[in-house]
Amino acid sequence: MMKARRALALLFAIVMVVTMFSGCAKDDPNKRTLSVFNWGDYIDEEVLQMFEEETGIEVIYSMYETNEDLYTKITSPGGDSYDVIFPSEYIIERLINEGLLAEINYENIPNMELIDEKYKDLSFDPENKYSVPYMWGTVGIVYNKTLVSTEIDSWYDLWDPTYERNLFMMDSMRDSIGVALKMLGYSMNTRNMDEIDEAIAKLKEQKSLVLAYTGDEVKDKMIAGEAAMAVLYSGDAATVIDQNPDLGYVVPVEGSNIWFDNMCILSTSQHKTEAEEFINFMCRTDIAEMNRAYINYSSPQREVYENLPDEVKADPVQYPSDEIYSHCEVYEDLGDYTQIYDQLWTEVIAS
Amino acid sequence: MKGRLRRAESVKEDASAQSKGLGVRGRTSMLALPFSVYMVIFIAAPLLLIVLYSVCVDPPGDMSFTLEHFRRFFDFENPIYLQVLWRSFYIAVISTAICLLIGYPMAYILSRMKPTVRNILSVLFILPMWMNFLLRTYAWMSLLENTGLINTALEAMGLPAINIMYTQWAVVLGNVYNFLPFMILPIYNTLVKIDPAVVEAAQDLGASGRKVFRKIILPLSVPGVMSGISMTFMPAITTFVISKLLGGGQYTLIGDLIDKQYKVTGDWGFGSAMSVIIMVMILISMNLMPSSSKDQGGGLL
Repeated sequence: MMKARRALALLFAIVMVVTMFSGCAKDDPNKRTLSVFNWGDYIDEEVLQMFEEETGIEVIYSMYETNEDLYTKITSPGGDSYDVIFPSEYIIERLINEGLLAEINYENIPNMELIDEKYKDLSFDPENKYSVPYMWGTVGIVYNKTLVSTEIDSWYDLWDPTYERNLFMMDSMRDSIGVALKMLGYSMNTRNMDEIDEAIAKLKEQKSLVLAYTGDEVKDKMIAGEAAMAVLYSGDAATVIDQNPDLGYVVPVEGSNIWFDNMCILSTSQHKTEAEEFINFMCRTDIAEMNRAYINYSSPQREVYENLPDEVKADPVQYPSDEIYSHCEVYEDLGDYTQIYDQLWTEVIAS
Repeated sequence: MKGRLRRAESVKEDASAQSKGLGVRGRTSMLALPFSVYMVIFIAAPLLLIVLYSVCVDPPGDMSFTLEHFRRFFDFENPIYLQVLWRSFYIAVISTAICLLIGYPMAYILSRMKPTVRNILSVLFILPMWMNFLLRTYAWMSLLENTGLINTALEAMGLPAINIMYTQWAVVLGNVYNFLPFMILPIYNTLVKIDPAVVEAAQDLGASGRKVFRKIILPLSVPGVMSGISMTFMPAITTFVISKLLGGGQYTLIGDLIDKQYKVTGDWGFGSAMSVIIMVMILISMNLMPSSSKDQGGGLL
């Protein structure tokens, strides 16, 4: 008995010592691996398997929930190293400025020519040196037709006391402050403190009307009919409308955010060729279509768009009219103001 | 924390008693080396790092000294963070009190049962803990929602729905549900250890059932109660998963704020400062509790 106990103690001691050194192991040099870091629920995971089978490259796939989440993970010291990431425009701008992205060698990405010109050379990366478009969309209000009594077409509807504790806001700093700024007629990229303070006051005032500040789980709640309205990205809106026909989506008249998520390679990447191979694969028509069909966002890939059935092309949720498009604003990197936005959003959540 | 320390001490005593007997003191302290190294790397070093970060401008980048993070927290003109701290404390106290009110009678009833029955029942109490904490909390989410199981059932019976999702009561419920076993088990453990002869002696001397409970059983079970309180209060005051899922950002606790500083805003300095504040607060409140030195109650878990 005593012996057994000692043996057990020794075993635990060994386990403790050994686990301290785990993670120090070197990669097998012959095995090609690639670490992909993407938004949650933002790819058809079958695509990853197909990529592994076709190329023999092992994909390590992990997910994040917001752009800020991604930025914090890749800039924290001692964090995991990733190769391919899927940031939105303002984070791309910041990452370029901080020298964290690698220039892409387009010789390895012939499928880049399948991306529509409309989505290339945008202001955050003028020559697409660092980023390849993946998906784009807008931010708007999803509403449940059986639960709303008024016409929903303005951000002010989210401040309507009729819907007390009957609406969801996003737990995302840029998107929620952006909603309030846009409602007040200001730019979503403002650096005017008066305008920012006014928006924050509005958000605090709205707090008693909000049921909850949520992340991805809001999709299931809207499908279940848990609340009358929610702020959502267009692609998520298309997904929930598919599953509950009582739901509708609108980009408010005051205008909204239009965003672009692109694929980028981190400058610290040890697997740059594999990463380019992966990006090229993601731009291939059949793969881009699989992803589009799975996540329901708008694809910037020309052939994917051309092959869409006419009713999808005409669907204002996924492919908004040029008029809506012209009302929308792209997020810019806020520079020093990021911290101010962050602190004020923390105040809203804490209040 | 105290319970854990005390346990470590008693382990040390046991070990040294043993080594004296066997005369192999050197060998046993060698065997303790991996544990000490482990403690230093995984407990002492991170703690020191948090304290250090809490007084740096923007760790780990800018490590120059500042007290700005503490000033931001203790801003009495705009006491947002103090309110969050107060809210966390309040929620933790309520949750702990409810756990005690439910847990003590449960533990008492359990301890009165036949050993075979109570062994099975105490396993049943631990059983839910075999399932992941996060999943259990998610389950409550789909139970409590407007369109959830409970409200659908209530409506089917023609009863009014209860809308407690995303309020403080949902958070309290989540806390009580998740931490109740930590209250029951230490109390149960002290109760079963009470020598039946002591109780019989009191009865022989003419004490009524109520008096036996008040004068004998209750005082003897205090160590278990204390350890139960600290084991429910600490996780309750620092929780962030429960308040995030069941409070939905409408009922932000200090744990949520700390979590956000690390994961979303990347303000490690402020996050560390809040961690230091909450640690100090826990230490103070643990020391304020009537000390029940030499208890044997904390040993179970």
